[in-house]
Amino acid sequence: MPLLNTLPDYVLTTKTDELLNWMRKSSVWYMLFGLACCAIELMHTGGPRADIDRFGASPRASARQSDLMIVAGTLTLKMALRTRLLYDQMPDPKYVISMGSCASCGGLFQLAYSVCDGVDKILPVDVYVPGCPPRPEALTEGLLKLQEKMMTERWLSRAPRNGNGNGKVAAA
Amino acid sequence: MEPLQILERVKNRFGDRVLETVDHKPDPFAVVDPGAIVEIGRFMNEDPELAMDCLSNQSGVDYKDRIEVVYHLFSYKHRHTAVLKVKLPRESPSVATLESIWKSANWMEREIFDLLGVNFVGHSDMRRILMPEDWIGHPLRKDFVEPAEYHGISTVRESPIIRLNTKAK
Repeated sequence: MPLLNTLPDYVLTTKTDELLNWMRKSSVWYMLFGLACCAIELMHTGGPRADIDRFGASPRASARQSDLMIVAGTLTLKMALRTRLLYDQMPDPKYVISMGSCASCGGLFQLAYSVCDGVDKILPVDVYVPGCPPRPEALTEGLLKLQEKMMTERWLSRAPRNGNGNGKVAAA
Repeated sequence: MEPLQILERVKNRFGDRVLETVDHKPDPFAVVDPGAIVEIGRFMNEDPELAMDCLSNQSGVDYKDRIEVVYHLFSYKHRHTAVLKVKLPRESPSVATLESIWKSANWMEREIFDLLGVNFVGHSDMRRILMPEDWIGHPLRKDFVEPAEYHGISTVRESPIIRLNTKAK
């Protein structure tokens, strides 16, 4: 006899992975971390009009409480070391959105002596959001893309940690 | 007072220590003896006719054979401006700090030290201000060669457009 439709209404059935992923994607807490002018758009995205709080993403002041790092702005070499430190302080599972041209490839400033052209030189990036700066709608789209990605993960059967401290596995 | 009149007044007061006065457009400037910059600065700051109470900009220039430090002075009282320059040798450039006269010199001198390597004698906090503390070299020097990496971060620019341009040269 199939189990489906025989349980009472207050019992839900799901797969453990999907439940974990659903809970995780519904509370993506991002770190308050603005490097340059993209930070202004990041603030707007958290503000009342775009309001990514409705997708469960709220800002946290500490790296140790964050799931998501939104690298918003030009990454200088001086800041790169600190960014890596902050990333290492975040608990697994952790995600990175590279927001704007500068974080993705150095943008306008990529030839400058002090600029690291792309945050993917020091961190694994999950979602790139293009734009200079991206509008709040674009960053919201980036968050939704990240949530899609999170829903494809398999935590119970995941591979052991790889070398870079990033415990994620690719979608099976 | 017009800029040239201001420079003339300084020239009358300090004679040979003002090396030359150039009527350059838009800003005439005076090249002064690096050893006298503090005295001249203090005079321009305290003289009631000049009353240069603001060091609005201080910058450095690498001319390949010398390094110049440029001082842009402004008076809120009289609404006039003046420009001073000192010429320094490219090897170990060094000049006295103006921090005791204008507080704003503090960070601007740190920036000139950071980017051009000018040592400001008597400065209260002679550290780099923009580049990392362990950075090697002064990036705005014409002969600056960028290190290949900084703490394992490659400084090779990865844009394909830039690679095309470099090949064209």
